[in-house]
Amino acid sequence: MTEHHIAPRGMYYVVFLALIIGTGLTVAAAEVDLGALNNVLMLAIACAKALLVILFFMHLRWGTRLTWVVVGSGFFWLLIMFSLTMSDYMSRGWVEGTLR
Amino acid sequence: MDTITTAPTLNYLNSAHGLASWLLTRDHKRIALLYLVSVTAFFAIGGFFAMMIRLELVTPAADFVQPDTYNKLFTMHGVIMVFFFLIPSIPAVLGNFMLPIMVGAKDLAFPRINLLSWYIYVLGGLFTLTAAVTGGVDTGWTFYAPYSTASSNSHVIMAGVGVFITGFSSILTGLNFIVTVHRMRAPGLTWFRLPLFVWSHYATSLIMILGTPVIAITVLLVAVERGLHLGIFDPALGGDPILFQHLFWFYSHPAVYIMILPAMGVTSEIVQAFARKNIFGYAFVAFSSLAIAIIGFLVWGHHLFVSGQSTYAGLIFSILSFLVAIPSAVKVFNWTATIYKGAVSWDSPMLYAFGFVGLFTIGGLTGLFLASMGLDVHVHDTYFIIAHFHYVMVGGAIMGYLGGLHYWWPKITGRMYPEGWAKFAALTVFVGFNLTFFPQFIVGYLGMPRRYAMYAPEFQVYNVMSSAGASILAVGYVIPLIYFIWSLKYAPLAGKDPWGAKGLEWEIPSPPPTENFAVTPIVTERTHQYAPSREVGIA
Amino acid sequence: MPDGHAHAAPLDAHGHPHEPAHPKLQHHFDDMGQRAEASTLGMWVFLVTEILFFGGLFMCYLVYRWKSPSGFQEASFELNRVWGATNTAVLIISSLTMALAVRAAQTSAKRGTQVFFLGLTMFFGLVFLGIKAIEYTDKFVHHHVPGPHFHWDGQYPKPAEQFYSLYFAMTGLHAVHMIVGVGIMAVITWMAWRETFDEDYYTPVEVAGLYWHFVDIVWIFLFPLLYLIGGHFKG
Repeated sequence: MTEHHIAPRGMYYVVFLALIIGTGLTVAAAEVDLGALNNVLMLAIACAKALLVILFFMHLRWGTRLTWVVVGSGFFWLLIMFSLTMSDYMSRGWVEGTLR
Repeated sequence: MDTITTAPTLNYLNSAHGLASWLLTRDHKRIALLYLVSVTAFFAIGGFFAMMIRLELVTPAADFVQPDTYNKLFTMHGVIMVFFFLIPSIPAVLGNFMLPIMVGAKDLAFPRINLLSWYIYVLGGLFTLTAAVTGGVDTGWTFYAPYSTASSNSHVIMAGVGVFITGFSSILTGLNFIVTVHRMRAPGLTWFRLPLFVWSHYATSLIMILGTPVIAITVLLVAVERGLHLGIFDPALGGDPILFQHLFWFYSHPAVYIMILPAMGVTSEIVQAFARKNIFGYAFVAFSSLAIAIIGFLVWGHHLFVSGQSTYAGLIFSILSFLVAIPSAVKVFNWTATIYKGAVSWDSPMLYAFGFVGLFTIGGLTGLFLASMGLDVHVHDTYFIIAHFHYVMVGGAIMGYLGGLHYWWPKITGRMYPEGWAKFAALTVFVGFNLTFFPQFIVGYLGMPRRYAMYAPEFQVYNVMSSAGASILAVGYVIPLIYFIWSLKYAPLAGKDPWGAKGLEWEIPSPPPTENFAVTPIVTERTHQYAPSREVGIA
Repeated sequence: MPDGHAHAAPLDAHGHPHEPAHPKLQHHFDDMGQRAEASTLGMWVFLVTEILFFGGLFMCYLVYRWKSPSGFQEASFELNRVWGATNTAVLIISSLTMALAVRAAQTSAKRGTQVFFLGLTMFFGLVFLGIKAIEYTDKFVHHHVPGPHFHWDGQYPKPAEQFYSLYFAMTGLHAVHMIVGVGIMAVITWMAWRETFDEDYYTPVEVAGLYWHFVDIVWIFLFPLLYLIGGHFKG
């Protein structure tokens, strides 16, 4: 099976270092006023960190295609929930006299 | 095909004895029977509430029970039937029993988790029953906020926790099925050789996995908001009740497909077996299951057309809702085409399958009315809706469940049942069902709202018809219960394949041995091959 | 073959002749590889349900933050981001030790090594929970817990109360997952102490690791979403 892959110890330390640096960057970015960019940056870093954990700590990089599909579907369904629900909230009030 | 006239000496039923051998079993077949017993018990309880409702509605006044009690009756009916009967019925009973056999495995991938899921189900059931016994819940099975979180003074938390707990039972069943289908298939059993029953259960499991957690967190939040005054959904605390409806229906609409997809799988099996033909367009039927599962997640907003959801979101949800009709119609057309020119035999499972196709078609087509925003405003929260979803859930899911139970009963118990009585019961169910629910389409369209103990006197004739039908329906459900129990001891032995049907489950003894297969089967063609030479031409 | 497609053959599921079964092989699996694949796939599928379980809360967060961005900023400012950042680091360290524990089992390391890394993971999990407890106490002291005793001095008391409702729901659910995780780690550590794991059989460590990392990922998102939107540059 493909999950048998044994990664070199050094890789774990490199990923760890990247995660700590990412955390530092997020905290630092929150100190600077970048307007709407603050949120974008914050979420981008968080996604990158999550991706590092999934790919290397959780060994998805060496996982089967099926595992990729499983993980992808989880996030995709989350996206369905977010986008269709927000489609309601964001278009409220487009018609006069309706609920906001 | 050799005929066996004696039961196999050692099978899953007599391999071990005593209560502990059942309560601690890891055999998927025994767990399926545990589910069968408990699901039947909940069906009886839910049915009792239904009878109380129909009794009250015989007259326009609230004379049999008080409106308060009536609210509790329809809530308990809904909660128990949806969460404790319809959702686990086919997957946890027939799926649990048949799916491992159909994929040529000795058991599900995680037998202990399978047993755990039954215990979780029972625990959740006990919570909900406690809520029912100690005074009931009156929020409707939908637990809409803020009524559920702030106003109702019934046992919402208890019932909510029951639903929350049971959700995990369904998640674990779905997880087990998915891993089993991926990892436990017998050699040579490729995806396109799988029975359609397995495909539909795979699609069902996807919904269980992707939807159930959302309802779990939602009812948990309702309970927390009610208990600890966290402001999530209550507008008085700054919350948005429509958000509750979004989250609730994100699961609960796909949950309708949890109920109907397995029944579609059963119907696909029965139609092939009793028309003696390969399914018409195997791949279309298989993929339509997946399509229903996936598109089913994109349509929940049609429950919110009059809740204050934005008109534009409503438009999107309306269009997406119409899309579900396509894979559903593919199935209906393909079943019909399978029966066409088939050597049809009118055994009782086939009667249920016919009932399923017809009633599901009516249920599905009236669903299109409700998906249209304009018309929905007129019939929303009327008996039209009640009739629509009972055509899908009772006419569809329960017909499929009963059909499957009859079809596989010889396999499960090793014995036949009295066919004459079975035909009579099938007919009774069909007549009783239509008499109960067809008048509700009319009375709903005329404007009778749901969830009231009282109604305008001019609706009485329809309600009397409905209540009369309900009593016939009840008789139709009790007859099988009696002859199934009778058959355990007195009915003739079935042999391994009484229907002359195809599929791995019909090649092992009835009842099957604990290990299912003495040696792992090796599959070389589609497991349901009724007419090999015609497959290329037709499928 | 027109009739009878299932044929008995003295071969296992992969068409190989039978080898002596591993002592930990359950009867319904063909070999240990199939068992390990089933278990890891099962855990990944379970984690998908966890994504959507937390997803419902993130959905609530998204809607209410969209409705009152300023109120959420004001409320977030009151959270202690030093504790938050520390806890993020603590969880990342625990994830590292977890990954190393899995590796130790995969490479048949001495039981001392396995137990060491698993113990460290558990330890950092407990540190996280301890810090969380300090933060929760602080919220109680300052009446920032939603409910009848909630008190807010800022401009947006209602959104602030909502923010803290979500804060407690989200971090609370996460903390419950941490507690479960520490419990699982205790069992796994005990198993490692009993020399259960080697390169042939390490699925429980691996599967527990997947769960642990997932809980870490949830926090990776919770930290910026809850602690850092306060616009600290304004304060």
